[in-house]
Amino acid sequence: MAMAALRREGRRFTPLISPNPIAAVRSSIMPAEEQVPLGVRSISTQIVRNRMKSVKSIQKITKAMKMVAASKLRAIQSKAENSRGLWQPFTALLGDTPSVEVKKDALHKLTAGPDKETKYVILGEKAKAQLIRDSKKDIVLNITELQKNPLNYSQVSVIADDILKNVEFDALRVVFNKFQSVVAYLPTVSTVLSPEVVEKECEAGGKLGDLDSYEVEGGETKSEILQNLAEFQFSCVMFNAVLENACSEQGARMSAMDSSSRNAGEMLDRLTLSYNRTRQASITTELIEIISGASALEG
Amino acid sequence: MLRRATALLARPVSSLRARPFSTDVAETPAGNPAFYEAWKKVVPHIEPPKTPLSFMKPRPPTPASIPTKLTVNFVLPYASELSAKEVDMVIIPASTGQMGVLPGHVATIAELKPGILSVHEGNDVTKYFVSSGFAFIHANSFADIIAVEAVPIDRIDANLVQKGLAEFTQKLNSASTDLEKAEAQIGVDLHSALNGALTG
Repeated sequence: MAMAALRREGRRFTPLISPNPIAAVRSSIMPAEEQVPLGVRSISTQIVRNRMKSVKSIQKITKAMKMVAASKLRAIQSKAENSRGLWQPFTALLGDTPSVEVKKDALHKLTAGPDKETKYVILGEKAKAQLIRDSKKDIVLNITELQKNPLNYSQVSVIADDILKNVEFDALRVVFNKFQSVVAYLPTVSTVLSPEVVEKECEAGGKLGDLDSYEVEGGETKSEILQNLAEFQFSCVMFNAVLENACSEQGARMSAMDSSSRNAGEMLDRLTLSYNRTRQASITTELIEIISGASALEG
Repeated sequence: MLRRATALLARPVSSLRARPFSTDVAETPAGNPAFYEAWKKVVPHIEPPKTPLSFMKPRPPTPASIPTKLTVNFVLPYASELSAKEVDMVIIPASTGQMGVLPGHVATIAELKPGILSVHEGNDVTKYFVSSGFAFIHANSFADIIAVEAVPIDRIDANLVQKGLAEFTQKLNSASTDLEKAEAQIGVDLHSALNGALTG
């Protein structure tokens, strides 16, 4: 009883009395926060235990995020794969013209053209963060939170309509990541030409020269049909691009979350090892103290 | 230890480079050489982005004689209904009227209106109702049909069509603004096309 009271008193006075020699020695070896107050002999495992707890909860979160990304990916992947047929007829008809010379360029998400008038329409936050730094004045439109609802064609065509209304262009280049597998995506550029440019290129021959041989059914004039065609092409290309991009995003998120939960697991293993070792060391110390005390009494 | 040194020295140096490193830049894919050259000038250390053409199966050139079958691609935003399927004939609801397409049809770009698209394959006829879209017929007997929405005709409920037609006709009569009128007109057009498809 008296001993316990004395110890309590002693603990209260710890800050006042000079630190005992053992603690001084220990503090020179160990970090300051592991200094234990007088009277507590065991080595503190509190810090390690706290870290273990936090790592474990982080691992739980990343695992859950991975599961969410995987289930979203599965839904979007089938959609993206089904929509791949959509742009092919347009490419077959109008060709693939990434090098076409135009003055007014409206791009999605990326640039590759110096000394020309280039405007950006950005879908999503990722590209915005990249482009806002050096070409803030060229961003005409910025659409975010696309994936709140599941993507469908009418939603994308409304966005396409918005872009067509607000942006004056000669060629639209849609830059997106084409989904190949969960860890691989190919940066891709598709080009949509405005009807005037199509007509000009058509007359000039070259890649679009074949278009002249096509008969046009419906509509009053050829330019009217080309206008409709360009708008429809843009919405179709956009639809596929948005799906492919969303798919790549989910794939990237899934693999990132997978590797971070694996990292957390490794860290947890290391922490558990050091926790167990510390605990064992404190037990051993206690045993040695008891045994040596007993043997001192005997002797 | 140095017994094999002479052999190593005698080995031609070129064989060391026989296997390319994985970081070596692959040859530029065919298709758009001008674009790749322009890209290389601006950013030589990054591979140029892919273009749609590199993901597409190349189409054959126009054959000298007319083939016996028509190759049809019929795509929707959410599915590829027919993909490179060989059929005898398709009938397309072009905005100027129904248009039969046989192999060797002249190259055409056609806008579609709501109507029946029928695919004839031997004695089998598959009928779809398409809402709108485009059809491209190429000189090499390829036909691409892109529709926003299409359903096989046997999945349409006749009662609902009648109901919708009545509803939109009523809306058209009571419409006051131009926008409402246009919306109602589209509804009436679609439903009467559906009705015609079901009865005809």
